[in-house]
Amino acid sequence: MEKIAFQIEENDNVATALSELEPGQVEIRGAGGKNMKAIERIPEGHKIAVKAIEHGQDIMKYGVPIGRATASISEGSWVHLHCMESKYDERSSHLDLLTGAPKDIEYV
Amino acid sequence: MKLSDVTWDAYQRKDGRKGIRNKILIIYTVECSSYVAHEIARKIEDSEVEVIGFGGCTDNEYAVRLLISLIRHPNVGGILAVGLGCEYLQPERLAQIAIEEGKGGEWFYIQEMGGTGKSILQGIHLVRKLKESLTLVPKVTMGMDELVIGAECGGSDYTSGLAGNVVVGHFFDSLIEQGGTAIFEEIVEAVGLVDLLCQRAANEKAEEEIRYTYEKALDYCRSVKQYSVSPGNFAGGLSTIEEKSMGAIIKSGSKPINGVLKVGSIPPQKGLWLLDSTPDPYWMQFGITNPNDNEGLMDLISCGCHLTFLVTGRGNVVGSAVAPVIKVTGNSHTYQRMEDDMDFDAGRVLSGLCTQEQLTEELETLVCKVAGGQLSKGEIWGHKEYFIPYKYQDKQVGRCRA
Repeated sequence: MEKIAFQIEENDNVATALSELEPGQVEIRGAGGKNMKAIERIPEGHKIAVKAIEHGQDIMKYGVPIGRATASISEGSWVHLHCMESKYDERSSHLDLLTGAPKDIEYV
Repeated sequence: MKLSDVTWDAYQRKDGRKGIRNKILIIYTVECSSYVAHEIARKIEDSEVEVIGFGGCTDNEYAVRLLISLIRHPNVGGILAVGLGCEYLQPERLAQIAIEEGKGGEWFYIQEMGGTGKSILQGIHLVRKLKESLTLVPKVTMGMDELVIGAECGGSDYTSGLAGNVVVGHFFDSLIEQGGTAIFEEIVEAVGLVDLLCQRAANEKAEEEIRYTYEKALDYCRSVKQYSVSPGNFAGGLSTIEEKSMGAIIKSGSKPINGVLKVGSIPPQKGLWLLDSTPDPYWMQFGITNPNDNEGLMDLISCGCHLTFLVTGRGNVVGSAVAPVIKVTGNSHTYQRMEDDMDFDAGRVLSGLCTQEQLTEELETLVCKVAGGQLSKGEIWGHKEYFIPYKYQDKQVGRCRA
């Protein structure tokens, strides 16, 4: 099956995977309009870096910053809680990467 | 056919507004009278007779305002208020408001009626009488320019910001061009976007209102260290509240924002409005912002929305009392899995099956049909949820921060 991700605005540095991406060719639709390589598995609905992003740089989607990079991110890699954070919400940095479940509340 | 030429039959109300439905509301004024209210509706077996109510014994001002705005709502033709007999909230005054609006208004106390059985019989009698009076409501023609439509999203996934909310935004642009009115909400899902919203303010007053409302919501989130984003959102690929916010705000389209509405207030003029449903600062400790999707829908409907959009990527089944809900999903898998509940599949634009323009036109056609009486999926199932909580909110929008 063809692997597709959707980039909303031209100045975005991420695109959204419309199905699960495997390492390999990805077509970037929308404002992107190019072919590139995913370098790791990226779940459906998650973001792929369409260009290299430096540590501390804004993550751009919809043409606006949606957070900042907490590590340097290579082109084609998965962009989520492990390498970016909200500028507002402290809690979201303490969630399970895959399930989003909170890890900062003890169930006692 | 041009959208501006489409018309349908509607119900003329005394205050000048027109309704797209002609409903009877049975309203309980305390939890103790809710069973009797529900039994009356169940025995009547009429899809246009619905129950709403407030469970608290004390008369929370916000809840009273919300009930009154629903009684005045143009989709409502008459009400029966059912009280127990010792609560603060006064059923007689609710009935009186309906009568002042030129609608049928009846009420009774269960204690005075002599208990459950007699109250149910009396209720059935009164609702039948109200139903008869509905036939006297003048029928008039209505078009898009007189519609008020609200939008909110719930159970969002990555498609909401790519497709579901996008088509609603385009629809709102078109509705406003036709002279209609649109209301969007969820200021707690506008985190990081204050400048973007303020740039769209129609005038200085609107900008002050938007900025104040945004700062209030942000203060609230900061103080409780909780933003309006859930584990399911993260698992679905949203990484931050900013990302979710931008996906949510897209449903407001691109037109100027005329100002901020409070719950229960009617837009003073046509065009696009932001609804503030968050509790106000003094009382902040007493409220949460978004208890659930039906509370959000109820808030929109309290501002006079004839119908609402609920955009849901993951899928939802709810409808609402008082106004039809059109459930839009940007996720075609969700649509296929829950076709009995989903009204509109906006995901087709992502798979390249149609253009954004075609999709917007299809949604316009659907809205006209539902406004003209076609049942939404929620109405077909009889979904008539409502949620009226205790909340503390001022009547006016604040404009300066203390």
